[in-house]
Amino acid sequence: MSDSLDAIQQAALAEIAAAPDSRELEQLRVNYLGKKGRVTELLKQLGGMAPEERKAFGDRVNRVKELVSAAINHRGTQLAQAELAARLAGETIDVTLRGRGEPAGGLHPLTRTLGRIERLFNELGFETMDGPEIEDDFHNFGALNIPELHPARAMQDTFYVDNGSRVLRTHTSPVQIRTMQAVVKSGRTPPIRIICPGRVYRNDSDRTHSPMFHQVEGLYVAEDVHFSDLKYDLQTFLSRFFEQDVEALFRPSYFPFVEPGADVHMRWRDPSKGPDHPGRWLELLGCGMVHPKVFEAVGLDPERYTGYAFGMGVERLTMLRYGVDDLRLFFNNDLRFLEQFS
Amino acid sequence: MKLSEQWLREWVNPPATIEQIAERLVMGGLELEIEPVCAEMPRGVVVGRIVSLEPHPNAERLRVCQVDVGKGAHSAIVCGAANARAGMVAPVALPGARLPGGMEIKVSALRGVESSGMLCSASELGLAEKSEGLLELDPDARLGTPIEKHLALDDRILNLEITPNRGDCLSVVGLAREVAALFGVQMTRPRAKQAVVVGVDRHAVEIESQADCSAYAGRVMYGLNARARTPDAMRERLRRSGVRSIQPLVDVTNYVMLELGQPMHAFDGSKLSGTVRVRRARKGEALTLLNDQALELQHDELLICDDSGPVALAGVMGGASTAVSASTSRVFFESACFAMSAVAGTGRRHKLASDALYRFERGVDPDLQRAALERATELTSQICGGEAGPVSYAGRALPETRIRLRHARLTKLLGHDISAKDVEALLARLNVSTRNEVGGTWATQVPSWRYDLRIEADLVEEVARLYGYDRIPAKPYAAQLAPGRPSEADRSLSSIKQRLAARGWREVISLAFADRAVQERLNPGVEAIALDNPIADNQSLMRSTLWGGLIEAWRYNHARQAPRLRLFEAGVCFTRVGGAITETPRVAGLAAGSAWPEQWGAPARAIDFYDVKADLEALLGEPAAFGFEAGAHSALHPGRCARVVERGRAVGWIGELHPGLVADLGLPSAAVVFEVDAAALRRSRVPRARAVPEFPASRRDLALVVPETVTGAALEAAVRKAAPETLQEVFVFDVYRGPNLGTTFKSMALGLIFQDSSRTLTDVEIDSAMARINAEVAATLGATGRT
Repeated sequence: MSDSLDAIQQAALAEIAAAPDSRELEQLRVNYLGKKGRVTELLKQLGGMAPEERKAFGDRVNRVKELVSAAINHRGTQLAQAELAARLAGETIDVTLRGRGEPAGGLHPLTRTLGRIERLFNELGFETMDGPEIEDDFHNFGALNIPELHPARAMQDTFYVDNGSRVLRTHTSPVQIRTMQAVVKSGRTPPIRIICPGRVYRNDSDRTHSPMFHQVEGLYVAEDVHFSDLKYDLQTFLSRFFEQDVEALFRPSYFPFVEPGADVHMRWRDPSKGPDHPGRWLELLGCGMVHPKVFEAVGLDPERYTGYAFGMGVERLTMLRYGVDDLRLFFNNDLRFLEQFS
Repeated sequence: MKLSEQWLREWVNPPATIEQIAERLVMGGLELEIEPVCAEMPRGVVVGRIVSLEPHPNAERLRVCQVDVGKGAHSAIVCGAANARAGMVAPVALPGARLPGGMEIKVSALRGVESSGMLCSASELGLAEKSEGLLELDPDARLGTPIEKHLALDDRILNLEITPNRGDCLSVVGLAREVAALFGVQMTRPRAKQAVVVGVDRHAVEIESQADCSAYAGRVMYGLNARARTPDAMRERLRRSGVRSIQPLVDVTNYVMLELGQPMHAFDGSKLSGTVRVRRARKGEALTLLNDQALELQHDELLICDDSGPVALAGVMGGASTAVSASTSRVFFESACFAMSAVAGTGRRHKLASDALYRFERGVDPDLQRAALERATELTSQICGGEAGPVSYAGRALPETRIRLRHARLTKLLGHDISAKDVEALLARLNVSTRNEVGGTWATQVPSWRYDLRIEADLVEEVARLYGYDRIPAKPYAAQLAPGRPSEADRSLSSIKQRLAARGWREVISLAFADRAVQERLNPGVEAIALDNPIADNQSLMRSTLWGGLIEAWRYNHARQAPRLRLFEAGVCFTRVGGAITETPRVAGLAAGSAWPEQWGAPARAIDFYDVKADLEALLGEPAAFGFEAGAHSALHPGRCARVVERGRAVGWIGELHPGLVADLGLPSAAVVFEVDAAALRRSRVPRARAVPEFPASRRDLALVVPETVTGAALEAAVRKAAPETLQEVFVFDVYRGPNLGTTFKSMALGLIFQDSSRTLTDVEIDSAMARINAEVAATLGATGRT
């Protein structure tokens, strides 16, 4: 009897291990463990056995049953895994093909620069302000200490509208005036800490001049604002904007609405010329301490308040930052250029 | 302003190279470039005299000159210059010479006659861009002298850009003062010698209005040699300053202006009668200027008149009738100080420009007139001989400018303390005198030539400038802030741009100008803003729509093989509303070509209205507040065009460009465009949270056959009208047209979502709601159920 039991066990384990798929495995389960299975049949012999023999034989049959059952489960898991793997292999796709639908577009490089400038100043407490692009004489010139007939007017080629009574703003400085007027009118007092990004216009068009371009104006007015603060803020801005220590040079300059006035230059090393190239000084922006006449024009007490103002050219900063060598690229909207800024 | 280094060093000579001087000037606030005096130094060119000349045997236009090139050496030189004549002194390039541009001179035969060198013009020597004939030299120049020595070409030019506030720097002396101040050295040149007055010949001078002219000095010089020639040294200095030599008397006035900064005028004394008067024009007077421009004097131009009437436009230009000529032997020199306000408008009104006006507009030193007149007298007598009459003078002393400077204020403005001793020393370098007053205050007096020093802040800049901006430290500080309360509901324009970019749109920036014809097609019935002085005819208007720029960008890129694009722009549009200029920020887009980039995974089709509408809808801060209504816009396809409405107010348009417009403007293909007020897109709502629904939603679908004219919006509205509050959502998920429906009907399938926040809805409830809805759409829209 036990020979037969061993033979069944051996045969079952061998067949189970060799079962090629879950269907055949199921058949083996029926063959061995089913109601009429070979192992189940053995248990039926128990009835004709002596009690002491019965127990020993029963234990052995049960062990075989457990062994076969475990082997079937184990083989079943193996087969299921293999079958899943085979099915998934058949579902393979070409992952290198391009994704379906619309690829991302992008912002204009000047918008990108304007956004960075704005963020860098917003972080320092400068609020962003806005103003009209068609201005009156007072805000664009008069209040900025540029009286009529003053030669300083000839420094900027102005576009006129309505028989000269209005101008396309030649700089973003009128927003200074409007902001300070609004503060005074509302009964508030400085501190005022603002930047004004925007389009400006000059009647000049050639390789290095566009009749429309962008500036960012800055203004900080409070009871104790110094030239040294201006130097610190601009120096800090430039180093953050270019993500490196920028060597900035402040040179005396003339803008009718600041006194003292300065131009800021930075030492520019063209990356293509190598790290040892001495570079050259490039003018980046104009700045200075708010002229007392500007404070008078808006109704702030120039004895009590001091302030600084600056104006920077967005195109120039963008050209330096991204290595753009031709101003005209910004406005002819060639996609082959714009797509480089995705 | 061009300044010769040699001329500058006559007045101030710091121990520094020209590069160092330039650097110091730049750091002092003057912009400049260093330029050479000639394109390239000529080599082997000497001074020679044409002794005789004969016709060339083989060439009509050429002549053969015998030229004395010094030390008795004569050269035979073939020359084609028309002005060559016997006795003329001119530059000679000897064999072996090298001229600018690399030309080498050799002995060579010209039409069969051997030429041992070349007689040179100014341009051949690199001294002028263009010139006619030989460069004539001083008749007494030493023959054989190298030309670079004779003309003192070992010089450099500082080409300075002088800002309008620094009129005092528009002269050699002015710049010398600046150099002296920046280097802390003394100037070297004494003032002009007093002329020996021999005669009594004079014109009396009178100033009618003292406010127009603070000083007028005049002098007659007579018995002048009319044939005299301006010496090469003066010609060269004029040339290096960018001034053309004309004739000696005019050259002298220009020379004095360049050297001292005093504009002068030379009248032909023989044509001037009686008293010289400075007065405003009277109505009806006329004056013809030196440049032959005839002026109808309008009302108040400042004039110089003699007994016969106007003879010059004061401070701007002399008159033709009294101009000096080659025969002038009696001259009247004018050296005056006209007020900025009296001359500034004149030039602009008559569109005149002159070096004199340029200086008067920026301010001429009111103490300079007599000295300049003496200098002109000295130079004239050196060149033309003659005798000088007494100086006629009218004028008054201008009040001195005194400014109070507080040390504390200086420190406050700069954020840096400069010692009192340093402040005084720096100001002294500028000839600003300081007197100590109580409380750390100086009473200062500024020199007459510094029109830009009028208030305390001006002196602060002067001190800081000489002290050095770079020595004022950049100090971290605690900023004083007054933060506002930025509105969360007002979304930034940049967030809207970023959303468009993320959905595949590419931002462009166009010039804000527009072509009138194109804009009138794109945006008719709108009053545009015209520029008084446009930069080009096709940019004569300010844009009233962004579509013009987008179309231009589309055209540009289509011509460069970009058939598919989605462009957007955000910017201000300008219109006139009720007479007032209105600026409206807008966002606009243009999409053309295929719906997607060409690829394997999606069927190719052209972009359409709904592609663009989805992107526009994605921009809306509060979608429920917006609607799209079929509308009519002459630039858009009549059947594919919608007015964008926000709470009943039209805020923009979306649609296909009108095929007629596409044809008329020669556009590449159809395109879908939109333009919406940025303010409407920016508006959103600060969210209020509601409870998340706990009970399940039920969906029912409704398939209807409706007349073609029934819109999706109408159908949805009718459904909502009849539905209970538990209807959360209704949407069209299918539109079908087919032969079985005929041409006047279409089928629309709607999905309806019902949900209640407090319980699960029963089928009975929903079925009864659906029945009411069916009845409503049947009654109001003629919809029938589809089976």
